[in-house]
Amino acid sequence: MVEQDDARPGVSRRAILGWAGAAAAVGIAGAGGVAAGRASSPATGAPTGASRVYPFTGAHQAGIVTPAQDRLHFATWDLTTTSRDDVIDLLRRWTTAAARLTQGLPAGEFDPGAGPYDSPPDDTGEAADLAASGLTLTFGFGGSLFSTADGTDRFGLAARRPAALADLPHFPGDQLEAARTGGDLAVQACADDPQVAVHAIRNLSRLAFGTAAIRWSQLGYGRTSSTSTAQRTPRNLFGFKDGTANLMAEEPEQAEEHLWVAADDDAAGGASGGGDTAWMTGGSYLVARRIRMTVETWDRSSLREQEQIVGRTKGEGAPLSGGTEHTDPDFAAGGRGGEPLIPIDSHVRLAHPSSNGGARMLRRGYNYTDGSDGLGRLDAGLFFLAYVRDPRTQYTPMQTALARDDAMSEYLRHTGSGLWAVPPGVPEGATMGTPDGAFVGQGLFT
Amino acid sequence: MRARRSLTALAATALLIPLAACTQNDVGAAASGGNGPTTLTVDSSADACAVSATTAPSGTVVFSVTNSGSEVTEFYLLAADGLRIVAEVENVGPGITRDLVLAAQPGTYQTACKPGMTGTGQRAEFTVTDSGIEVGPTGEVAEQLATASTNYVAYVQDQTEQLLVATEAFAAAFLAGDDDAARAAYASTRVHWERIEPVAESFGDLDPRMDLREADVEPGTEWTGWHLLEKDLWAPTTEANGGVAYVPLTAEQRTQFTDQLVADTLDLDGRVHADDFTLTADQIGNGAKSLLDEVATGKVTGEEEIWSHTDLWDFQANVDGARVAFEGLRDVVAAKDAELATTLDERFADVQLLLDAHRAGDGFAMYTDLTSDEVRALANAVDALGEPLSRLTSAVVL
Repeated sequence: MVEQDDARPGVSRRAILGWAGAAAAVGIAGAGGVAAGRASSPATGAPTGASRVYPFTGAHQAGIVTPAQDRLHFATWDLTTTSRDDVIDLLRRWTTAAARLTQGLPAGEFDPGAGPYDSPPDDTGEAADLAASGLTLTFGFGGSLFSTADGTDRFGLAARRPAALADLPHFPGDQLEAARTGGDLAVQACADDPQVAVHAIRNLSRLAFGTAAIRWSQLGYGRTSSTSTAQRTPRNLFGFKDGTANLMAEEPEQAEEHLWVAADDDAAGGASGGGDTAWMTGGSYLVARRIRMTVETWDRSSLREQEQIVGRTKGEGAPLSGGTEHTDPDFAAGGRGGEPLIPIDSHVRLAHPSSNGGARMLRRGYNYTDGSDGLGRLDAGLFFLAYVRDPRTQYTPMQTALARDDAMSEYLRHTGSGLWAVPPGVPEGATMGTPDGAFVGQGLFT
Repeated sequence: MRARRSLTALAATALLIPLAACTQNDVGAAASGGNGPTTLTVDSSADACAVSATTAPSGTVVFSVTNSGSEVTEFYLLAADGLRIVAEVENVGPGITRDLVLAAQPGTYQTACKPGMTGTGQRAEFTVTDSGIEVGPTGEVAEQLATASTNYVAYVQDQTEQLLVATEAFAAAFLAGDDDAARAAYASTRVHWERIEPVAESFGDLDPRMDLREADVEPGTEWTGWHLLEKDLWAPTTEANGGVAYVPLTAEQRTQFTDQLVADTLDLDGRVHADDFTLTADQIGNGAKSLLDEVATGKVTGEEEIWSHTDLWDFQANVDGARVAFEGLRDVVAAKDAELATTLDERFADVQLLLDAHRAGDGFAMYTDLTSDEVRALANAVDALGEPLSRLTSAVVL
């Protein structure tokens, strides 16, 4: 049967799996690449929900300042190969697939219900009737890609590791599980339809077998942050609005200062420092923390305690110093007896940029609920995702203070963690899907 | 033990009042029967205190207080004499709305807003008409709460005294190198700490020095206290120590850390014996809830005593402390919410029955000897108790 199929004109197994097939697939976007062909269309109308399509290419990867979608499937991989060429090959194939998937196309050349009858379908099929749903796929490189814990340089990349990609320190109270921590590669799949996000990770994983294996993955729902002023501030599983003071897409100057790695960060001793790290220019760093909330004990705490811990009202989300949600907190405001209206150990005070040398971050987290824990409690919480220009100044100091002083820590457990360098985007108009086509993170390998 | 906010920080000034001032007009449980609460709005501006109605039927009344002024405001419901505070909300920031919920008895009152938190405020007459709904008993609640407070302070003092004596004996054995005796004394000494844990934690500087778990140590700071000594007494294997060979404390270190623990215990004992050391009804109620939280997140999971596995001793001690707190307040609870009092009686008994099944010798089985089904049963009982116990404070002070 195989021979029969292989004999069919123009549809050889090699053609499906090899570069010839990929090139043919990308033929649909012969002018200007896959993304450019489709990307501009949604801007003209006002696409909503499922029909929303975001460009895959651009100066920065999509999925960062993109308005946060409702659903997340995040996955990390460990490379099982020791071949640098295999890594490059995987990134090329991932790039090609991602460029297609984000535009609502199937992962491979053939639709899930088409192609050689004795060959597994190119695309797994569960998203066949679903639109792009605003899917973005964002790729990151973990510190272990550059050098493993014991210092092994598997891929000749150790000298290219940015200083900003130093492993995060142990924070007080960390209860990190190895099976939820780290990973050579990470992909953040966000979409407004959970099945679209899961479909993307599943098909990327399929392309990786033999080169990389999933280390862990995490589903998320109910985005917990706004990344655009047009979005309503969502609520976390404590029932409070979260991320009110987030960095927004509408603040390009703030993004330049706090989000994107600049070409001179090396010289400034900022994001890089040491080694050739120009490949990160236009990129960002992604911090992921799986933060379990002990929601059962939280739910037994009084409204007074909850608001005192958060530092905001539960209903409106206004700082306790007064005003409405987007009113700046007045940390000097005193109440009866001169006690600060926003307590000293409240979350909003400790996490606020004014308590952290002005440092801001772009938060993009999601709620999660992974069943229950065997003791009758939900394994639920926040899958914290944040993009920063330099985690050493924008994340580590803040988390150190929070872990030590935040009254909320009583109800939190950090069970997973990771830090990834997120390289710049594939340039608009670049050719993808050919044996020497453009791929995400290409600058690191040239 | 994890860092936690202090009891004193959470103490609500509004909740102190019933203890001191509310003798005749104390308010009962919000037993509004089939009728819902009556909700009134209060607009507190710079120059007015606009209440949406001047009367309400007796039963549960909600004043939804909005601060439309530019200063922090307060809202009071005062007795007819304009002096006695029946209920209040404080620290309402500009633009913020906060509810004052109370069980109002028929009578004549005054409402008052106090923008800027000074002066006598903007006052108006307010009448609660008789709806026929049973609102709750009047009488001796303030006296009962004062007694509860006095008794609980005495309980705390007794526990720190016993803790001090036991810690000194433990320290002597540990310093003498008699590790068997120190191990034998470890859990039974810590019981006195665990019974009053929220009080000890309210002294923010003592708790991290005395009861910090290794995972909670901030890099660059020194780990001290009970769990450091625990680890030294039940020295872990390399595998259990994260792949690093455990290095026992030197004799010098033993002296240093033991001396500090004894000194800190002495300090704690001194602080709870200070003339100005008091515990209000809401602090006692919140403390009971905190003790059950401790059990739920630290003891029933075996995380508190990861080297000695004496978690069930701590478990029992936390439950002891919570039960003593509840029993001190029980008369008040029974008068205001008899069903809650009965439920708590039953749930405390359920937990105790399960704990008793794990008694061994003078103490308890090791946590690691429990089956997963037994742990699950304990966890269920703790959650079954923790949920109604979280309503203790509001039942007492509302």
